[in-house]
Amino acid sequence: MTDITQISERKQNSAFSHLTYVLRENPVTLLSFAMFGLFIFQAFFGAMLVPFDPLATNSANALQPPNATHWFGTDNLGRDVFSRVVVATRLDLTISVLAVAISFVIGSVLGAVAGYWGGWIDGVLNRLLDTIMAFPLFVLAMGIVAALGNTVENIIYATALINIPFYARLVRAEVNIRREAGFALAARLSGNSHIRTLAFHIFPNALPPMMVQISLNMGWAILNAAGLSFIGLGVRPPTPEWGIMVAEGANFIISGHWWVAVFPGLWLMLAVFTFNLMGDGLRDIVDPRRRT
Amino acid sequence: MLSIKDLAVSFTTRKGEVEAVRGISFDLAKGETLGIVGESGSGKSVTSYALMRILDAGGRIKAGSAEYDGQDLAVAAERDMLNIRGREISMIFQNPRAALNPIRKVGHQLEDVLRMHAQAVASDAKRKAIEALEAVRIRDAQARYEAYPFELSGGMCQRVVFAIALACNPRLLIADEPTTGLDITTQKAVMDLVRDLTRDRNMSSVLITHDLGLAAEYCDRLAVMKDGLIVETGPSAEIFSAPQHAYTRKLVDATPRPGAQLRNLLPAEQRTPLTPHTVGEKPLFEVKDLFKTYAGKAGPVHAVKGISFSVFEGQSVGLVGESGCGKSTTSSMLVRLLDPTSGQIVFDGSDIASITADEFVRDPRRSDVQMVFQDATDSLNPRDTARRAISDPILRMSKLRGSALVARVEELASLCGLPTNLLDRFPHQLSGGQKARVGIARAIALDPKFLILDEPTAALDVSIQAVVLNLLADLRTRLGMTYLFVSHDLHVVRLLCDYVIVMQAGEIVEQGPAHKVMDTPQHPYTRTLLSAAPKPPNIESSSLVARVERAAAE
Amino acid sequence: MSGPARAVGSRLLQTIPVIVGVVVISFILTRALPGDPAVYFAGAMADAESIEQVRRELGLDKPLMTQFVVYVGDLLRGDFGNAVSTGQPVLTDLATRLPASLELTICALVLSCLVAIPLGVLAAVRQGSWVDHLCRVIVTAGVSLPTFFTGILLVYVFYYLLGWAPAPLGRLDFIYLDPPRVTGFHLIDSVIARDAETFWATARQLILPTITLALFTLAPIARMTRAAMLQALSSDYIRTARAAGLSRRKVIFGYGLRNALLPVVTTLGMVFSFVLGAIVLVEKVFAWPGIGSYAVEALIASDYAAVQGFVLTMALLFVVLNLVIDLSYTLIDPRVGFGAK
Repeated sequence: MTDITQISERKQNSAFSHLTYVLRENPVTLLSFAMFGLFIFQAFFGAMLVPFDPLATNSANALQPPNATHWFGTDNLGRDVFSRVVVATRLDLTISVLAVAISFVIGSVLGAVAGYWGGWIDGVLNRLLDTIMAFPLFVLAMGIVAALGNTVENIIYATALINIPFYARLVRAEVNIRREAGFALAARLSGNSHIRTLAFHIFPNALPPMMVQISLNMGWAILNAAGLSFIGLGVRPPTPEWGIMVAEGANFIISGHWWVAVFPGLWLMLAVFTFNLMGDGLRDIVDPRRRT
Repeated sequence: MLSIKDLAVSFTTRKGEVEAVRGISFDLAKGETLGIVGESGSGKSVTSYALMRILDAGGRIKAGSAEYDGQDLAVAAERDMLNIRGREISMIFQNPRAALNPIRKVGHQLEDVLRMHAQAVASDAKRKAIEALEAVRIRDAQARYEAYPFELSGGMCQRVVFAIALACNPRLLIADEPTTGLDITTQKAVMDLVRDLTRDRNMSSVLITHDLGLAAEYCDRLAVMKDGLIVETGPSAEIFSAPQHAYTRKLVDATPRPGAQLRNLLPAEQRTPLTPHTVGEKPLFEVKDLFKTYAGKAGPVHAVKGISFSVFEGQSVGLVGESGCGKSTTSSMLVRLLDPTSGQIVFDGSDIASITADEFVRDPRRSDVQMVFQDATDSLNPRDTARRAISDPILRMSKLRGSALVARVEELASLCGLPTNLLDRFPHQLSGGQKARVGIARAIALDPKFLILDEPTAALDVSIQAVVLNLLADLRTRLGMTYLFVSHDLHVVRLLCDYVIVMQAGEIVEQGPAHKVMDTPQHPYTRTLLSAAPKPPNIESSSLVARVERAAAE
Repeated sequence: MSGPARAVGSRLLQTIPVIVGVVVISFILTRALPGDPAVYFAGAMADAESIEQVRRELGLDKPLMTQFVVYVGDLLRGDFGNAVSTGQPVLTDLATRLPASLELTICALVLSCLVAIPLGVLAAVRQGSWVDHLCRVIVTAGVSLPTFFTGILLVYVFYYLLGWAPAPLGRLDFIYLDPPRVTGFHLIDSVIARDAETFWATARQLILPTITLALFTLAPIARMTRAAMLQALSSDYIRTARAAGLSRRKVIFGYGLRNALLPVVTTLGMVFSFVLGAIVLVEKVFAWPGIGSYAVEALIASDYAAVQGFVLTMALLFVVLNLVIDLSYTLIDPRVGFGAK
């Protein structure tokens, strides 16, 4: 009994020390994780902490430049841009996290099966992915949301669907090169069934590159969702959402009211930037080869 | 002609400066052939790149000089080096296919070099390129001129690389592991060609290799490198017969050669007597008329064409052949990872070929037939510690759990000579030899009766190969296992095996007791294989002579 | 048949299932999804009766398979339906507006290739130098920038603050007349008309949207060029070339870059996908009268036939672009079409 607790303690310790090692080794990773923590904090508690109701209009106070009360100024309806930007975090993160999660799960299963067994399954999957990829992805997302109806859920589905090919292709390639690897054959000789070999021996090795893909895709997913709402799909005013806020603010740029569009755009950019930076760190965390 | 003094090369890495070559000196006379021998990481290739001043980014010559024809290569201007490379000194490399530009016709690659060194102009470049191809005895050079590297075999690519190296009539050739990865018969053809052509042109040459036997056969003098230093230099025969340095001694011992015994591969102090193993009367494995046919793009590919043989209890059988002969397909079928097209595999009295590979995973006999894989690195999951790798078969196929499992894993590790404190390491934290031990421990975890060894030492340095081969021999007697040893190297096979099967193009061309096949080969292919293996000076006889001579001189 | 010719042939054949797939998906998006297409097609002002009429006219009361056959037949005749907002056939609308989008896309791609490829090559050749760091910053920032936001920022700085750029209101300031339409590309048409003034006016309007799009595509191309170039330069054949005494120029450009361009050409397919998506956003920001802003207007007006026509056109355009990329790849890489599995 003591043996087992010792072993598990050692494991936890080593996982934790590996995490701290990765964070210490690469300051960029540390920065990106800190920024990610900040966004998560905004998503969870932003709505409670912001100084103004993001939906409350006040026409007397419209288009105020940034000042001590309204840090990011106010928009054409007198709403506080800072409050709206912070509150929007939850919606934007939810869309991208859910979309990426869906495409990760579906793409991984499809890709792993096709990569391991090959044959007609592989052929069918490839045709399917080719067809999805035959559309410019943003345009396909536009078509899907337009057809399914203009809602937030449909934005999530559309974003998930256009991301599936990336995961499926990546996992397929990673699984395929390891299908005949010595350790996979050894696992078969050790009495693992095909499914066990695939799930517990081969697939985990695809995780490091997947992590990079996930972090890139989170960025794309946010950009994609914001882009869709920028052209009037999905999220509807007055819901605070970065893309739609930039779209609203765009009308006032020409007259010099830059803050209405710039702050939500900046937040959007920072979020995407954070996700992109996190990729290498996430990979290093799940890759035991980075341990020394 | 070439005189190197105190040459030191260092690389800047993330972890600071690493010295790959730490002050070496040697001379090379006109027309002489020098072999630089060492195991991986000894700095032998780095030395050659430093001479050519083509070190990778981060590498630099830290100290010393390399005098060539009155010019110090270590400090020469880049413009001068451009005229020396390919014109005065040229080089051929390992992995010849990758050494050629994949999207340029080989003829054009030759022309690039000829024109660079003003050996040809646009009008006669093609003719001269074809002449250069003919010079390395490429048949149908006119057609080969138009070929891309991917259309040529490995040996043919090496000839093209050689043609590029010789195109401008250089005076010194550096050959960096030119035959690693080539089949043994191709190796001989390439090496003979290199020797003949350099001799004809009265060129000097440097052969860099890990294979002491190869170097001894083709070189006048040898320099043995270890950890960036030359530990010993001398005429080939002398190095082989009377090595002075302990490391050279170890290398010489570990090099498989005709007449050597398994224990002789180890350093003298480790030569404990080998307990002989006994071969039973009953066949454990009977292979009957085994076929494997793949559906290829251009019609069916017959990988294995009806082979039959038996393996007796306790016997060690060697399966020998060159790449593509079907030996790996055969071993995959025997270990039941691959279903044969037809034929029987009778194991312990029943035909296991009738059980599909997918079903055999759940068969109780799964644990009786196991395998040690070719590449230890590739055969260990990079995400699993050594402990998990060894535990996996036990967890899947036995009831052992908890502290009994821990004890069993540690017992297996010590059986295979793996220190138990290494068990919690990941594969990338282990050396090549340690990884090989983990692979062996995993394979014997369930006390298999029959173990297939698929070139288990092919990726290892010779000194580690010697240790692993001896470990396998000890385990055989200790656990009473039967071996099928798959290899391309007849000399290695002979050390471990009682019986040898030679395969060529999916068929068995010869089989018989090991000594008989080795001493009196019947089939011409077996003879070709045997004669293609490098023949270092025989250690027992010549070392005696050397010792006597030296005693007489004193 | 020779290897390359066979490769070209088989690549052409491969586009057939893709086009079939595109048509099927586009059909599914039109008819087979929840929601009543008749309501969409009838437009926002329709009452129950006119919806019924539209349903019959469109054949929506027939079985799906029949509808599909009719749909394909319509497509083959070039009948994408009529746009509610303009009253014109969708195909005519798209054809009128496509050159505006293409002109912008091509300018942006040329610009980004001209910047990204040398940048990537330099970053790889001088690994660790300031060029390399610059490249890394641009690549990371580039993929993080929302196109529509970059566009707005550029407008604010160069139009509002500095006054260097013209108002972001379309292809040509209203004081100019469109050049006589020959190709639909204003730059080319104004040259044909020998109208230098219009040419410069067009070019001025093009600058900001071109930069916006180019910034967006710069990052993937530069990153791929750098990675491919690093890989090529560390290859064995580069060592052989150096050992044979070839000059640095020949080694880097003749041997390294040629090989590195292969993966870059492949990336261009992905870049096209991004560009064709981003153009919708950029056209909205700059009020560019291309097919992207047409689609946005149609979306707002719930003009369903127009949106469908747009999606299908974009997909077909992309299929053709990918075909061109793959065919040029076949011509560059001798290995395509041979035993490579």
